Amino acid sequence: MAEHVASLKSYTLVFLSLLVLTFATTLVATIDLGPLNVVVALFIAVVKMMLVALFFMHLRHSTILMKVVVGGGMLWLAILLVLSFSDFATRGWLPVPGK
Amino acid sequence: MDSHVELPQLQEQFETPAQQKEVSTLGMWIFLVTEVMFFGGLFLAYAIYRREFAAVFGLASNSMDVWMGAANTAVLICSSFTMVLAVRSAQIGSRKALIVFLILTIVFGGVFLGIKGIEWNEKFVEHHVPGPSFHLEGTEEQGPAQLFFSLYFTMTGLHALHMIVGEGLMLFLLWHAYKGKYTPSYYTPVDIGGLYWHFVDIIWIFLFPLLYLIARHQH
Amino acid sequence: MITEAVEERETYLNASYGIKSWLLTKDHKRIALLYLHTITFFFFLGGIFATLIRLELLTPKGGLVSADTYSKLFTLHGVIMVFFFLIPSIPATLGNFFLPMMIGAKDLAFPRINLLSWYLLVIGGCFAMYAMLAGGVDTGWTFYVPYSTNYSNTYVIATGLGIFIAGFSSILTGLNFIVTVHRMRAPGMTWFRLPLFVWSNYATALIQVLGTPVIAITLVLLIGERTLHIGIFDPARGGDPVLFQHLFWFYSHPAVYIMVLPALGIISELVSVFSRKPVFGYKVVAFSSVAIAVLGFLVWGHHMFVSGQSVYAGLVFSFLSYFVAIPSAIKVFNWTATLHKGSISYATPMLYAFGFIGLFTVGGLTGLFVACLGVDVHVHDTYFVVAHFHYIMVGGTIMAYLGGLHYWWPKMSGRMYPEGWAKLSALIIYLGFNLTFFPQFILGYLGMPRRYWNYPDEFQVLHVMSTAGASVLAVGYLLPLIYFMWSLRYGPIAGPNPWGATGLEWQTSSPPPAHNFDETPIVTTEAYDYAALEAAKVG
Repeated sequence: MAEHVASLKSYTLVFLSLLVLTFATTLVATIDLGPLNVVVALFIAVVKMMLVALFFMHLRHSTILMKVVVGGGMLWLAILLVLSFSDFATRGWLPVPGK
Repeated sequence: MDSHVELPQLQEQFETPAQQKEVSTLGMWIFLVTEVMFFGGLFLAYAIYRREFAAVFGLASNSMDVWMGAANTAVLICSSFTMVLAVRSAQIGSRKALIVFLILTIVFGGVFLGIKGIEWNEKFVEHHVPGPSFHLEGTEEQGPAQLFFSLYFTMTGLHALHMIVGEGLMLFLLWHAYKGKYTPSYYTPVDIGGLYWHFVDIIWIFLFPLLYLIARHQH
Repeated sequence: MITEAVEERETYLNASYGIKSWLLTKDHKRIALLYLHTITFFFFLGGIFATLIRLELLTPKGGLVSADTYSKLFTLHGVIMVFFFLIPSIPATLGNFFLPMMIGAKDLAFPRINLLSWYLLVIGGCFAMYAMLAGGVDTGWTFYVPYSTNYSNTYVIATGLGIFIAGFSSILTGLNFIVTVHRMRAPGMTWFRLPLFVWSNYATALIQVLGTPVIAITLVLLIGERTLHIGIFDPARGGDPVLFQHLFWFYSHPAVYIMVLPALGIISELVSVFSRKPVFGYKVVAFSSVAIAVLGFLVWGHHMFVSGQSVYAGLVFSFLSYFVAIPSAIKVFNWTATLHKGSISYATPMLYAFGFIGLFTVGGLTGLFVACLGVDVHVHDTYFVVAHFHYIMVGGTIMAYLGGLHYWWPKMSGRMYPEGWAKLSALIIYLGFNLTFFPQFILGYLGMPRRYWNYPDEFQVLHVMSTAGASVLAVGYLLPLIYFMWSLRYGPIAGPNPWGATGLEWQTSSPPPAHNFDETPIVTTEAYDYAALEAAKVG
């Protein structure tokens, strides 16, 4: 629902931020942060996603229902990943062969 | 009943144009959620195997051309920018601007696919395509190495397929924009076409760091 | 005289003629009938496979078909019944027909997508039929790897493609229903005035939209593994066959709730109208549908207790599986409370509802047995599990579907079915069902594995009982097919509201006009307001 006409300025700002963040994530990847590399990379990706979703996809001015729909999608992806990992991450924890 | 006669785009089952627009937008967002779950299965497979074979995946990721990947990311971001400007043009009734921005979006999309094609060809030449002639230098674990590239090709391939569908959608919008079909009171297809396009951009926003930036610090 | 008047009135059936007016229709009611024909076809096709299975199992050494053919029989039975009958069944027929009417809408939000959904089911079905006729598929409906990817010499890919395409039919139906319920309700039709059948179709739609895409990608990966050997499930490449099972069951467990939730919605309607009382605890029952949909996504690992999944994951999934039983139990308690001091009539739909409540309870309880990790280690892949899910799918869903079909038949067709034959059929089905499947609980507990074409001699008596039951069940299912068709020409004409039920669908003629209501209804009463209905009659 984009009845609210956003300004050229706000769109351009978001566009430039996305480019800067892309450059940043590429650069940060060359620095060794150990396990934090993944965290930082995903964090930046999430920020970029939020910028695209909220501003380019007009989610900021959408109804609560649309926001719930998007949130639900994120939550369901999380369920798939987390519960599956409850298996893969705990294999070998018990001294039972094959488990 | 009169409103149905004055606005040929208002479908019978709706009471008002506003209802029709809201319904179309809601429908597209729900469709995008199904796409999240569709790609989600691939992200799960990726996460599991990356955790299991961290070193080999890092090695394989480093064989990717990070600058082509980054360039492609920038290209898609540009295409999202032109897309959102296209929607804005439709909103304010600038038919010419709408057409220009749609064309730019299509061009950026084409550039993305072109770069992807070059990359894939490079992978083929380097023997990084899973199959009998696969070989990744620097590791004994050729199986897991192939796994990385299987995931790479499946994920970017599925993404590219969505891009191609997106290009088709854009051409459809371009044609109808040229015919003058979109006005400030009816530009829903441009709006929801934009939603689809941005979503495909978001998928790539995740694919880029996950596939190209795993172990760059270990170069 | 009455016949003439009915034929003059314009209904959705006579609004236009010719095959194009059906194949290119946008009317949700016509699309519902298209689906009705399609799923009835698949039901009887799946039934033929069931018949062959039961005939093979009459004797311990088998001999009717080879072992390989037997594998194809149970695979095709499962694939057809799950993907081409049960998943679409209630939502695509009764849901499609009545959801818009129940909310006071002229049609679904996306009528053309609705038609597309039907075509996708038919096209998917064609792929599956091709696979069946070309030589079949023998992997089991679960397509476990590595057998389906590396070793099976049957038409796995064609079947997989068929299911993939049919999956999109399901996704689009779900999308359509969600948007429709959110944005197309008539004035005054608030969420808590909706019939419970709408709530359960809505909850079902949530599952369709969130779960089906995952089996879609799973099938893509399966086909990729089988054709291109991408290695994603192949241990030789570092892949994990258990990953396939996680991806498969992430959808296929919620899928069983796609198959049962709409049935639960029908029972709420039937229990209410045939005891002439509002459903006890309406809000709780409504929320329980959504709870089942949500919780159903958290338990899939209970299909994988013995697969090589970690024990900790097994514990988590077993624990969560006990929670999903709670909302189902709540419904059963609330239906019972609805019946209490109700004015109960034993019309055929109510007989099916009673049958459902008993059989669903047995199925649900045995679900709890298998949800227990320790017990499942013994009964996994035995006939105990087979009996459990047939109690829900057949004793539950199919009975509810038949109940709903009988209940809404007069509205859809304008004719009443023959009550005597209908009651007899319900009884035959109930008896046949129990004779078929109760012995299977015992068989499974005694150790009879599923998917086996032969067995030790001591199991024969129970197998013979089961096959005898299956033949009774077959008769029970054929009778409605015959008398429903008979009723279209010779059944008594039905009025707008033969049951005296509440609900917007009964406020319009039988069959309804093409645009459902002559004027958009304005809703001012709560759901199931039988008190007001009785008062209006007296007044």
